[in-house]
Amino acid sequence: MTRSAISPRFATKIFCIALKIGKTSFHNGCVKSIIFAPVKHSLHQIWTLVKKDILLEWRQQYAFFGILLYVVSTVFVINLMMGKPEEKTWNALFWVVQLFVSVNAIAKSFFQENRGRMLYFYSLVHPRHFIIAKLIYNLLLMSLMSLIVLLCCFIFLGNPLINFSYFFGVVILGGVSLSLVFTMLAAIAAQANQNAALMAIMGFPVIMPVLMLLGNVSRSAFTAVVQPGLPQMFVWLVGMDVLTIALALVLFPFLWSD
Amino acid sequence: MTRYWWKVLAVLILLYTIIAGLTIQIPMIGTNAESSRGLFFHVPMWIAMYTLFTISVVNSLLYLVKYDLKRDVAASSAANVGTFFGVLGFATGTLWATYTWGSTLPTDPKQMSTALALFIYMAYLVLRMSIQDIDKRARISAVFNVFAFALLIPLTYIIPRMVDSLHPGAGNTPGFSKDDTDHHMMMVFYPAMVGWALLGVWLYSLQMRYRKLELKNIFGNDRP
Repeated sequence: MTRSAISPRFATKIFCIALKIGKTSFHNGCVKSIIFAPVKHSLHQIWTLVKKDILLEWRQQYAFFGILLYVVSTVFVINLMMGKPEEKTWNALFWVVQLFVSVNAIAKSFFQENRGRMLYFYSLVHPRHFIIAKLIYNLLLMSLMSLIVLLCCFIFLGNPLINFSYFFGVVILGGVSLSLVFTMLAAIAAQANQNAALMAIMGFPVIMPVLMLLGNVSRSAFTAVVQPGLPQMFVWLVGMDVLTIALALVLFPFLWSD
Repeated sequence: MTRYWWKVLAVLILLYTIIAGLTIQIPMIGTNAESSRGLFFHVPMWIAMYTLFTISVVNSLLYLVKYDLKRDVAASSAANVGTFFGVLGFATGTLWATYTWGSTLPTDPKQMSTALALFIYMAYLVLRMSIQDIDKRARISAVFNVFAFALLIPLTYIIPRMVDSLHPGAGNTPGFSKDDTDHHMMMVFYPAMVGWALLGVWLYSLQMRYRKLELKNIFGNDRP
């Protein structure tokens, strides 16, 4: 173990010193119970909610296989219509399929909760924990779905990629971005009478810049030509993700106060 | 007079910009020729639109703080009028593009990004229509307004400045300010921005007052 790693005990010590400077002296154990217990409690709540979603998915499985069938049939139709498309078309079709898959997969996660169950959660957990759990679950689900879409595209549409690992990274990043934005929009649409069409209306203008950025960024995986302004586009994408998380955390409690 | 001086100002400025905008001597720049006059009517529409969208999102935020339904009426009225100005801006832009770029809808980044901004606010208006309960509608649409505005409107303002655009002053296209040696164009252009923004705010306040009268029974009988 190197000295560079900060152990929890060391962190507690630093905190104690900080408190002492603030002219309040606390016992070591006291600090632990004040600071770490609530954090541990909320982490536990979030983890329980995520586990519940995963368990529900595992028991029912209709959503997973439904989406799987959706992906396979969409990509197969493309294959029937145009065989193996060239790079630019391949890229465009891939991201369009991703968009529709994410709308379908994520809409389900909120619409499956009926009013009574939402009320039950409302009485149990803080809304912020609830939305964090949903974000995490949808992030995992969408990462998995992205891999399935990628696999289907390889099988039915061929593999025009030169730089596979780069494209793989972009796909995961894209899955994460799509899932974050659509989770928040699904939460809004779920409040508006569970209207799935509304989610598409609200979502497409918001997601369009993200899709354009992803399409541009992933173009580097098809050619060996160096693209100008690539790091900046990544900064934009990650920045939008961070902003989405922050907005979801701030705004979701307002959505929930029914 | 103390209360409506700015409305008089708006009318005077607009009279000035319309008369001067159509008659003043302007420099002939590139392929634009006389169509440069579109600047006095096209760009101010966007200024008015962004002003109104900002008013809308500020009112949505205030609604979420205090749950005062009057704020919701203000937010939706501002979004309505802002969308109207956005459509006008789009129309004047495409009209200009037809004669200068030779195509009504070329894929220009600025055009695309403003189309996105318009779509977002149309989605906001559709969202409002889909919810019947008045408190719920106010709350949910306020959340969407803040979410979409914070996520996208800054982006639609920043991204077009980073990529090449066919618009004058961006990329390889010459701007107007360099050739405008007498500052004739700027003398009309800046007042025009103020004038149209003021007219937008005026329209917004009219619509807000009308809506408040409609909802008088809910708000109570005090002065709207």
